[in-house]
Amino acid sequence: MEQDGRIRWLKFSSPRHFYHLVDRVIPWAWWVAGIALVVGLTIGFLIAPADYQQGNSYRIMFIHVPAAWMSMFIYLLIAGYAFIHLVWRVKMADVMAISLAPTGAIFAFLSLWTGALWGRPTWGAYWVWDARLTSSLLLLLLYLGYMALHAAIPDRQRAGRAASLVALVGVVNVPIIYFSVHWWNTLHQGASITLTAAPTMAGTMFAALVAMTVACWAYTIAVVLTRAQAETLERERGALWAAQLADPPHTRQEADKEHV
Amino acid sequence: MRHPLLALLRRDLALFLRRRQDLITLLGFFLIALALFPLGISPEPELLRLIAPGAVWIAALFATVLSLERLFTDDLNDGTLEQLLLCGQPLALVVLIRLLAHWLLTGLPLVLLAPLIGLQFSLTLQETVVLALALLPGTLTLTLLGGIGAGLTAGLRGSGGLVTLLLLPLYVPVLIVGTTAIAAAMAQGEAQPYLLLLAAMLAAALPLAPWATAAALRITLD
Repeated sequence: MEQDGRIRWLKFSSPRHFYHLVDRVIPWAWWVAGIALVVGLTIGFLIAPADYQQGNSYRIMFIHVPAAWMSMFIYLLIAGYAFIHLVWRVKMADVMAISLAPTGAIFAFLSLWTGALWGRPTWGAYWVWDARLTSSLLLLLLYLGYMALHAAIPDRQRAGRAASLVALVGVVNVPIIYFSVHWWNTLHQGASITLTAAPTMAGTMFAALVAMTVACWAYTIAVVLTRAQAETLERERGALWAAQLADPPHTRQEADKEHV
Repeated sequence: MRHPLLALLRRDLALFLRRRQDLITLLGFFLIALALFPLGISPEPELLRLIAPGAVWIAALFATVLSLERLFTDDLNDGTLEQLLLCGQPLALVVLIRLLAHWLLTGLPLVLLAPLIGLQFSLTLQETVVLALALLPGTLTLTLLGGIGAGLTAGLRGSGGLVTLLLLPLYVPVLIVGTTAIAAAMAQGEAQPYLLLLAAMLAAALPLAPWATAAALRITLD
């Protein structure tokens, strides 16, 4: 892996090396996700105090906030990989981008869903046309558009490049959409409801939030890399290493002996 | 008309003009969509004035998306698009010419319909002028952004729904600013800042969108 004291990063853009590296990373990611989840939920539900205003309903933020963060960050990651894919024609960048998309969409959906559940007792409505809610909804639609285009084009190479272009166009537009939506909301109904005015948090609440964020990160890494592995195998099914992975030579020899 | 790009503009305009039924379909769609709002909500003039800005822009959004289907498909099917790719002119400029020709025959008619919309929704003269002034840069921006979606989905079966899903999130800023401009005029406020914002969006889309559309066509024809 190392030569002249430097890691040769490009080595992992080869599907085969990527596959084997990822194979070693995934179990670790699952462990980290599991432990952080248990720690986060324990602190969040058992140790952190109830909020003086919102009572216990605030506790949904321990999944809501990390989900919202992940949904935004994953879109940026997709755009980054899309850029690498279009500019340097690195095939694995497209594998990573398309593997990230469903997880990002799920987090976007989760942030809306948990937000609705929190909004009902707190604001008295599952949904209000608040700027943040609206921009989260639009983010979910950007994810859906990206995945729909990738799925709609039969040729995989073309699908990957077209979807990458859409991701880049989307990321250029995200700030414009974000600011126009914020501006629209403040014009129409004033800043009566904002999520930004969060009360300063108790230390345990913060600890639970950090743990849950770590859990979401590690979960994303594990799931996305697993998906990327499957995608790699499917694309490389003609390659020798992939064939050997499915059907290792030593078992084949034994099978041949049995036939004889 | 000696310059190749001017010749291209003339060709595109001639082609679009000869498909008059497309124009009639589009205008018909726009008008019936707008007529459905009073029918579906209420004929009350005060209420209609309230929903007019949003109704007009939503109808314009969908009319634009609807018109995009023909933008590249014909040229893709008969091979003209490949020739354009190889003709030696910068593809982004070729695309820009095509988008301008398309807008002249799909977007501009919507702008010219503004007086009719004003009558339908009982707008004053001044509000109608603001409406037209907002639609002018707004529809052009919509067409320019639409080129990207049309370029990516050209030749795909059942691309209509896909284009809608891809484009409508990108259209949200134009919708918001365009609606606010008319609403501001109705509230006796200053519409100029919003019109300038629409012009700013056009100024951003004008160089960037044809470039992205050219990249999209290169991917489609790869």
